[in-house]
Amino acid sequence: MTMATPYDLQDLTAWDARIREKVQEFGLDCYPQEFEVCDHNQMLGYMAYSGMPSHYPHWSYGKAYEKLKTLYDYGVSGIPYEMVINSSPALAYLMRDNSLLLQILTIAHVYGHNDFFKNNFTFKTTRAEYTIGTFKAHGNRVRTYVENPSIGLEKVEAVLDAAHAVSLQCRRNLAVRKRTPDEDRQQLLDAARPPSDPFQRIHRRREVVEPDLRKVPLVPDEDLLLFIRDHNPFLAEWEKDLLTLVHEEAQYFIPQIETKIMNEGWATYWHKRILDSLELPQELQLEFIVRHNQVVRPFPGGINPYHIGLRVWEDICRHYDAPTPAEAEALGAAHPTGTQKLFEVREADRDISFLRRHLSEDLMRDLHLFEYEAKGDDLVISEVADADGWRQVKETLLKSVGMGGIPVIRVEDADYGQNRTLYLVHAHEGRDLQIEYAEKSLGYIRRLWQRDVALETIVNGKRSLLTYNDRGFATKTLK
Amino acid sequence: MPAPESIFRPFRHADAARSDRSSGDRMRHRQKVRQSIRENIADIVAEESIIGKDRERVIKVPIRGIKEYRFVYGDNAPGVGQGNGESQPGQVVGQREGQGQGNGEHAGDRPGVDYYETDITLEELIDIMFEDLELPDLERKKLREIAAQRFTKRKGYRAVGVRVRLDKRRTVKAKVRRKLATRHTSEHFPDDRTRFPFHDDDLIFRHMVTDTRKESNAVILCLMDTSGSMDTMKKYLARSFFFLLYQFILTKYRNVEIVFVAHHTEAHEVSEEEFFHKGESGGTFISSAYQKALEIIQARYHPSLWNIYAFHCSDGDNFDSDNPAALRYAKDLADVCNLFGYGEIKPLGSRYYESSMLNIFRRLDAEHFQTVLIERKEDIWPSFKAFLAKDRGADAMTA
Repeated sequence: MTMATPYDLQDLTAWDARIREKVQEFGLDCYPQEFEVCDHNQMLGYMAYSGMPSHYPHWSYGKAYEKLKTLYDYGVSGIPYEMVINSSPALAYLMRDNSLLLQILTIAHVYGHNDFFKNNFTFKTTRAEYTIGTFKAHGNRVRTYVENPSIGLEKVEAVLDAAHAVSLQCRRNLAVRKRTPDEDRQQLLDAARPPSDPFQRIHRRREVVEPDLRKVPLVPDEDLLLFIRDHNPFLAEWEKDLLTLVHEEAQYFIPQIETKIMNEGWATYWHKRILDSLELPQELQLEFIVRHNQVVRPFPGGINPYHIGLRVWEDICRHYDAPTPAEAEALGAAHPTGTQKLFEVREADRDISFLRRHLSEDLMRDLHLFEYEAKGDDLVISEVADADGWRQVKETLLKSVGMGGIPVIRVEDADYGQNRTLYLVHAHEGRDLQIEYAEKSLGYIRRLWQRDVALETIVNGKRSLLTYNDRGFATKTLK
Repeated sequence: MPAPESIFRPFRHADAARSDRSSGDRMRHRQKVRQSIRENIADIVAEESIIGKDRERVIKVPIRGIKEYRFVYGDNAPGVGQGNGESQPGQVVGQREGQGQGNGEHAGDRPGVDYYETDITLEELIDIMFEDLELPDLERKKLREIAAQRFTKRKGYRAVGVRVRLDKRRTVKAKVRRKLATRHTSEHFPDDRTRFPFHDDDLIFRHMVTDTRKESNAVILCLMDTSGSMDTMKKYLARSFFFLLYQFILTKYRNVEIVFVAHHTEAHEVSEEEFFHKGESGGTFISSAYQKALEIIQARYHPSLWNIYAFHCSDGDNFDSDNPAALRYAKDLADVCNLFGYGEIKPLGSRYYESSMLNIFRRLDAEHFQTVLIERKEDIWPSFKAFLAKDRGADAMTA
């Protein structure tokens, strides 16, 4: 790259004004935007803390920083061009060493994310206007506990380590409200009541099985941290507070996990459309082509969300603007334009539904997607996206996107064996748990629950019970 | 409604300099890494890979306890990747990593998902190792230093001194100054023709001081039995021990030399290469090595100038007739050394049919002498710790 066009803040604001014009013209709907120009060390710092200007302290962020820095120093990964956080106003960072074109590209890209944060349904629960304040308050609270002589760093860390291990063991679709215990109870009662029978006089009386309303939880609960907080009577207030706070942060980030491909694809789609419409001077245009292609190059053997996302968005647009004859027939006469459809999808989908609905067989073939599995020490292609295999490849992809990579584990019983053992059940759907990780995670849960824990799962096709008690970890096969 | 203008906050150096926000967490992480290494130090030291590496070298050491565990999917979780259009079922696309995170990314190109291993330089590892020694006194007290009056250097000027150090230039200057000063006080101003002699007050001498510099020299005498009974495994254990000793001494002294003495029935000074790799055969006279060591010390490493560390590794299979002599020389050696150790290397299982020097040396009552028994590589570190506990350097002696 030899594009070292010098620029200053005025240039950036001037370009920003032009970009914002386009943003409005295209109908993107953004939160107010703030950009902060920083150097690469600051950037690494922001990245280690997920972009948050303020965050609670924990060694894992130090570790993240070291890792990022190592990768950066060895040139394994350049620092990503953009870092934007979901807040109102949205906060983004521009690295001062970047070329003018990269800044323009980043600014346009950031508006794409900003629009997505504001409009996608999964983000409705994140309360963007409080984000920065919430994270800051969390930081202050954790620091208070660390500085409290009766608590101290070691104890706080012990709770945070454990809480981090299970923070993603929570409900995934936050747009669906969690039922209250009263509603759960009512539902159990309703389900137990026999359906009304107009011929009950002549029918045999159905047996009514009374639901066990003393059971805790009434229905299996996915929010592990909250469950432990609410049902372990021995936790101190500060411990409960730490669990709450870790849970809240996880909830904040879940929408981003759930929409990674959509979100990156959306921002990429718009930076491309915006920059194409800006009529860049030639040297910037050339650099743009190079940079854009770097962003969207496929990772051989992996999934580049920028690339896959962009291709799906482009295909949606094409599908409605220039359908093939077959597609046109299926669409019928009255259908939205491509751009209208784009905005509709960006509001109503998340990765799993987005790919399910819009990743077509043809596109999968174009993208050369394949499925692989481990055989011995090798990863071996098991299926490719051809006429026979594409469904399976797609199913596998759908399973792994968003929160699909996190096993679902629910609390089944808080008083298993009448000795307050926490009984968990892994909703097994074909993929086994990694046992070493399960062992350590169960250890963490035991630390929080302060009693024995048991996890029912399937290991190599056999129903198994993983337990963690004072003698440590054990597995046994269930009948 | 037009969107409000975006805000641009310019870069400020002051902020950037102040904003090392992750420093606290990095430090804590670093502490945990070190703690983890310390807990596993015996295993790490037992790893062959660190022995004989130079200090700048980055090595990988396994880290436990700082991994962030979560529930993740295991091996039977397939993933999806992107190919180049020529992918066929059955093709190998990568290697499995030690851990699966099953989140649909190709395992092979994720750099260090959550490292088992961390890279540290050997230097750092050695620091941690010596922290583990828990010999805080030893660390803090002054090294055993030897004052050597070696150098003289100039230090200003004086009015008195020996003739050879007279600074003529300054002396002449002083005379000229005095001459000019007498111009107004003297009745008959000396013109250029009148003689104006030097006076004692004009003389300026260079002043020299002797520089007593603290020397910290150490020599490590590695003595090893290379008789037929010392096999590769025994030599490896010995080598590990010497390596640790060398690294440790290196942290304490500025100038460290190392001498290798190999012996069977007679002793020779050899190169490192020969020391570790050349096999000999025949019997063993341990006394020969001690005698040789004493000779070398006598000739090159006088105890008043050198801190002497000697360590002898053997399998203890000495000729009985040599034992009294060995004991006598060991006593002499222990007297001149900061630390003299005897390590008996007996890999497990070989102990019952071989004789041992440990019983013999038990009779040796010297303050800085220590015997250790090494049966397997896990013993190296504990033995080393035990050995160092008797260091004379810890007494903060200055000669």
